[in-house]
Amino acid sequence: MADARSDIFARIREALKVKAPKPHFKSEETTGQPVVVGKPWLPDGGETAAASLAILAEQLAKLKAVLVRVPDEAGAAQAVAELARSKAWTRVAYHGDPLVRSVARALPCPGWEADASFEKQKLEGCDAGITSCESIVAQLGSILVSSASSGGRALSILPHVHVVVARVDQVVPDLAAALEQVRERHGERMPSMLSFITGPSRTGDIERILVLGAHGPKELYLVLVG
Amino acid sequence: MSDAKSIFLKDATVNAADGDQRAFIRKALGGYYLNRDLQKARFRDWERARDAASLAKWTAVNDLANQLAKFTDNFERNGGVVHWARDAAEARAIILKIAEDAKAKAIVKSKCMTSEEIHLNDALEQAGYGVVESDLGEFIQQLRKEAPYHFVFPCMHVKREAISELFTKHLGTAPTDSPEELTMIARRHLRQLYVDADIGITGANFLVAETGQISITENEGNARLTAALPRIHIALSGIEKVVNNLDDLAVLLPMLATAGAGQPMTCYNTLYSGPRKKGECDGPEEFHLVLLDNARTQLLADPEQRDALHCIRCGACLNVCPIFKNIGGLAYGTTYQGPIGSVITPHLRGLKQWNHLSGASSLCGACTDACPVRIDLHHHLLHNRRNAAKAAPTWFDRLFHGGFDFVIRRPRLFAFGGKLFRATLPVLQKLPLPYLRAWMKTRDLPKAPAKSFRDQWKETRHG
Repeated sequence: MADARSDIFARIREALKVKAPKPHFKSEETTGQPVVVGKPWLPDGGETAAASLAILAEQLAKLKAVLVRVPDEAGAAQAVAELARSKAWTRVAYHGDPLVRSVARALPCPGWEADASFEKQKLEGCDAGITSCESIVAQLGSILVSSASSGGRALSILPHVHVVVARVDQVVPDLAAALEQVRERHGERMPSMLSFITGPSRTGDIERILVLGAHGPKELYLVLVG
Repeated sequence: MSDAKSIFLKDATVNAADGDQRAFIRKALGGYYLNRDLQKARFRDWERARDAASLAKWTAVNDLANQLAKFTDNFERNGGVVHWARDAAEARAIILKIAEDAKAKAIVKSKCMTSEEIHLNDALEQAGYGVVESDLGEFIQQLRKEAPYHFVFPCMHVKREAISELFTKHLGTAPTDSPEELTMIARRHLRQLYVDADIGITGANFLVAETGQISITENEGNARLTAALPRIHIALSGIEKVVNNLDDLAVLLPMLATAGAGQPMTCYNTLYSGPRKKGECDGPEEFHLVLLDNARTQLLADPEQRDALHCIRCGACLNVCPIFKNIGGLAYGTTYQGPIGSVITPHLRGLKQWNHLSGASSLCGACTDACPVRIDLHHHLLHNRRNAAKAAPTWFDRLFHGGFDFVIRRPRLFAFGGKLFRATLPVLQKLPLPYLRAWMKTRDLPKAPAKSFRDQWKETRHG
């Protein structure tokens, strides 16, 4: 008996001997333009940086994520320290990005750099995780974190609050631009995890009523510098 | 009549008469319609976006051998292990073997309909593993020992009081009628399980050929945790989930979220390539991907219905389907409910046993209009009916199609038949004729016209 892989490939090749017609698209007739897997018909991400930022702010508000605009690193450190005080955090985990470190130094509570291998239990006991990110997608209000730039896989999902500290030039207009940037930046050496985070964790499983904080963070803050 | 059909007819009849439950489902879907329309309005051209999404899937599925080979090469280059399963039994055996080799005890799962398709939980439990579903809806359904009601909203039919009772019984928590508190009970209960589990099992929404990454879409963060904390990550996916390029996701991810749940983007859309890499501080040591055929290649071999493999499992067709809304998801008796389930189940599990689902449709086409990848759903239901009639016609099919064929070719006989029918209709109405009886229980036949069309035509022309 052939192995499963060869069998499945043989079945696929056999099945595809009969061609299926290409889908018929009305829009091709009406516009004379072929359909491409392109972008201009998706939600708007803004033509200019200012427009993108406005869309981002609107999207984040709808998602119940909190956007904090600060002029510089000192402002970011102050904003996060205030947050820690107001929420009475007792323990915070962060990772070794320079911007994140400078913010973490100003924390009023113990901080812990979770970049080396760590105890899962210890991370579970943290009030908040602070990370950087790869990019921010204005079009959808999504924040792209990765296992390379955001302290691994668990830091941005296990603690009850997630704080992202980023620079304003990390905002890209749309998802296509973010994916293109990923391709350029990482090429054949992709981080083992890339995650688009769109608002705090949520569920509607009980009677389709929205509840924030299903398994991931209940609160999501984006501190944008510049 | 097949067993599946008689169970379906019984359950559908009971559920359709349950006005309270139907109202509850309608109310639950009300918010979805509103949000879906709000998000659709943000698209600069929803119809062209559907074209693009449909083209992305068409291109991949019609080049499946090459794209799948490219995907698996890249996946393995990233350090993952690919396993191939021709059917459900092979897929279960592969996963059991991985668990056995790992000497695993506790397994945590995030939502994966393909695992429902192969009845994975039963197999793992029989082998002695503790398996916990971590998606809130799936967790509730697991406690209820019931299949998912809807493949995106698994427990949308369960009222909060019932969930509260369930949690009191199984978790010993105090009763509450707040969805928020109920969610937090599940959150607290499951946290420790992620930390303790040896194996995390997830599904996959897309397999990206260009990069060898798998893409997982979820709202709760449970799939993120399932793929982050346990030592071994196993993903289970149908072979048809391939897309050619990373930027295909720029179209497919927002459309999946909008069509499926009325969101701009689902909360977590995560791309995984390989286990923990050098220099990364966490993540699994092993990453396995089980690729399942389980009759998908049979559907692939039917060019007329091949586009059913474009399905991205958003569930939009269920949410708009008048049949789904009236009979509910459990009555289907299938892994995939609603119109898409009625189309593909006969292919996956046999046309003879499951063709009755092709009749569970008003052919209104709401599903086809709702589908973000433009699957021609309601026509496929007709195709299945035709195929079933061709492959194994019932005596009823034979008698009526044969009779119709005979009469329609003979104009005089046809005219006579019409006259006879008009004359005897009042009597027919009163007779308890088989087949007509059920139909007439809730309906009246219209009065027969005094004259046939032919008579009226003759009078107009010659009168």
